[in-house]
Amino acid sequence: MSANIRKLIVQVDEVRKEMGQTIDPPTRRAVAIAVIDNPYAGRYSENLDELIAIGEELGALLGQKAVQALGIEPSAAQSYGKAAIVGENGELEHAAAILHPKLGAPLRVAVEKGAALVPSAKKRGTLGTAIDVPLGHKDAAFVRSHFDAIEARVSDAPRANEIVVAVAVTDSGRPLARIGGLQAHEAKGEDGLR
Amino acid sequence: MIDIRRVFTQVEHIHHEFGPRAETPLVRGAIAAVLTNPFAGRYEPDILPMMALLDPVGVDMAHRLRAAMDVPVERIATYGKGAIVGAAGELEHGALWHVPGGYAMRELLGWKGDRVAYTQGKGEAKTGQPGNALAIVPSTKKVGAPGTALDVPLTNINASYVRGQFDAIEVRVPGAPASDEIVFILAMSTGYRVHARVGGLLAEDISQWNGLR
Repeated sequence: MSANIRKLIVQVDEVRKEMGQTIDPPTRRAVAIAVIDNPYAGRYSENLDELIAIGEELGALLGQKAVQALGIEPSAAQSYGKAAIVGENGELEHAAAILHPKLGAPLRVAVEKGAALVPSAKKRGTLGTAIDVPLGHKDAAFVRSHFDAIEARVSDAPRANEIVVAVAVTDSGRPLARIGGLQAHEAKGEDGLR
Repeated sequence: MIDIRRVFTQVEHIHHEFGPRAETPLVRGAIAAVLTNPFAGRYEPDILPMMALLDPVGVDMAHRLRAAMDVPVERIATYGKGAIVGAAGELEHGALWHVPGGYAMRELLGWKGDRVAYTQGKGEAKTGQPGNALAIVPSTKKVGAPGTALDVPLTNINASYVRGQFDAIEVRVPGAPASDEIVFILAMSTGYRVHARVGGLLAEDISQWNGLR
């Protein structure tokens, strides 16, 4: 089945100055959020295939929406992350079913490549619960300048029988990254780590 | 005096609220610019010079918001504005946004009809409508800490009494405003609440073109 989407929200956060320093070009982070029905709310189901299929659908949809909001070519995406907030009639494993089995492959199509693991977070929550979606470089997880997070929050979700699913994509690292480590231009991007 | 540190945009597509799925989703959007507050930490009697300097900021934000919503100007049916002032500022600093924020969206939405008739304040013979964006832009503001949420009111751009379009969008910029910052916000939507059904004036029945009905 396909996701019953109640709301779709896309946010873009563009930082032009930090601590008095001009950021040129500005760093830009997008997060695309879907509020969906939880088909397994209120009951224990051994099989979570419906949510796994929904995860695949949302990986493509939310990945494309985030890239589109940044106004970039897919290949210009630099880091990504994903997260889910399960309403109180659901269980943490429902978030896992969306995020982990199948969401990544279509997201990687949306950002072209993506050798690195997609960092993730999940929690149970209520209306207005915020989740910090972790961000990591899409091709080399150890790129230190791109360790970051962006907050996702929907004022009227998740209701008890809903799930909030968020996918974040950036075209940049942190605004004033200067703590060393592996640099983006040094990364080989083959093993997903360095 | 104008120092934009950060720009935050948010666009929502609302398909349903546990009722029938909308054929065309309601689109609501908001844009927030995080500016340095040049008056932070002191009482400055003369703050008006900043107001004029905010005009181009507002115009740019209105255009960016329309583009982010990805709908034609003709589909923008409601608007609203707001400000969140950081802890070292005062509410009056937020009030600087009333004129440039409202002016900006009206500039974007208001020049649809006969320009001569609009300038003269006369109605067009065809529709009796002297232009667009006739209604007051509703607003709200507060002093708050980083991450403070503001419910920005939304009402019809031509008639404040269009009941099915009374709405509000929550806007919140994680990490802003710092104590020496101000968040200026513009918001727009494509119209009716997704399951509006409490009666009142409909946008298609606006007849007085006085900004109210």
